[in-house]
Amino acid sequence: MFLFINVKFKDILDIDKLHIHRHKVTSIVGPSGSGKTTLLRLLNKLNPFDSGDIFYNDQSLKDIPSIALRRNIVMLPQAPPIFEGSIKDNLLIGLKFSEQPLASDQQLMNMLKLVQLNKDMNEGTHNLSGGEKQRLALARVLLMAPEVLLLDEPSSALDEDTELVIINALVNYTKQNNKTLIMVTHSKKIANQFSDEIIEIKNGSVINHEEG
Amino acid sequence: MEGVIDLELWQMISAYIFVIILLFIVKARGISREKEIIISSVRMTLQLILTGYILVYLFNYSNPLYTIVVIGLMEAFAIYTVFKRTKSKLSIPLKKIIAIAMLFGTLSSLFYFLLVVIKITPWYDNRYFIPIAGMLIGNSMTGISLGVTKLVDDIYQQRHLVESALMLGATPKAAVKDIVDKAFDSAILPTINSMVGMGIVFLPGMMTGQILSGTSPVTAIKYQIAIMLGILGSVSLTVILFLQLGYKTFFNEESQLVLPE
Repeated sequence: MFLFINVKFKDILDIDKLHIHRHKVTSIVGPSGSGKTTLLRLLNKLNPFDSGDIFYNDQSLKDIPSIALRRNIVMLPQAPPIFEGSIKDNLLIGLKFSEQPLASDQQLMNMLKLVQLNKDMNEGTHNLSGGEKQRLALARVLLMAPEVLLLDEPSSALDEDTELVIINALVNYTKQNNKTLIMVTHSKKIANQFSDEIIEIKNGSVINHEEG
Repeated sequence: MEGVIDLELWQMISAYIFVIILLFIVKARGISREKEIIISSVRMTLQLILTGYILVYLFNYSNPLYTIVVIGLMEAFAIYTVFKRTKSKLSIPLKKIIAIAMLFGTLSSLFYFLLVVIKITPWYDNRYFIPIAGMLIGNSMTGISLGVTKLVDDIYQQRHLVESALMLGATPKAAVKDIVDKAFDSAILPTINSMVGMGIVFLPGMMTGQILSGTSPVTAIKYQIAIMLGILGSVSLTVILFLQLGYKTFFNEESQLVLPE
């Protein structure tokens, strides 16, 4: 699905060859500052790479219009900001941005249930905790039903129990809906337990790729 | 109608008592602003004396070339002032957009106002052209300065929100829509506020000047209404042009957020 060939970005990332497969759960692990987030940003076309090429379904990312690509390959940053408005506004904003039909209230409630956010949709977001905000942002992305989910530390603000439940739900969602999930995680335990493939990065280079 | 009371030199000097009072106040309160007050008072006096003599000359020798030179200088000074007033860092493309918006917004409003609303002939009649150009350009300059500051500051401060919107498939336009709307709002608000208070809270400068010089208040009011609408149009057009073109300078052709550090 994604193929990196001699990709260089500043002195942050330098990948000779890397293949990330379709319909798999791939975890990217490595120490802080090793280039994990940058890798996701390149896949989302948020930064231009300096040399080499990245292919998505055999097509160079350079040839795919950025906005169309981002509607199909959606990224969730590590500390996702919450937009002005209610929980419902925040759930719908991804669909509005990507110009998709809006979801029904029932679909929104199902999504809140999936991420275990037991809140009234019409409530404001000011009183949400960090973990609740992270789950709201996750629900926002899942509602868009993109082909590929790029998640940067999707459970960093969650306690260990909630983290396991959320990642489990996320992986099930990915498998059931034939999606591709690429997530950066600090937790080797999460990576080992839930991933089909694990890519280990150090100093901007891939040092290990366990393919399932 | 009585003619205007001309001010003798001693009368003019007596008006500086207000500056002296202010100097005493700031000195007594330990606010170290004496230097700025003296410089700005002297500067204002010299600028206006010089402007007065230039206007006398221009009114006596109306010539399209003079008019073009004057409007060019006014525009250049206004654009330069916007650059200087904005504390945020402005990129070269953004400066170009500010200049384009100022020139197009103010000149199109000015010519519409002079040639369609007031119908002056010849078009370069400086008695109308220069004061009206001054009001339109001055107000547009203030509006665009506020708009520039708000747009640039908010894009820097909310860069994570803007980038998050891009990650969700937003176009750059949609990603900064709220920021652009707020910048427009803050740019246009002073003009709207002054329209609301006009005639009740204060008598506007142009109208006061016309009344003092012996013009009927009814005529002065007609001019004031027209010029306020002209100012509103000029400020809106200038600011909206700037915002619609200006936000694009923060994105590259790949719809990536590009902020110069």
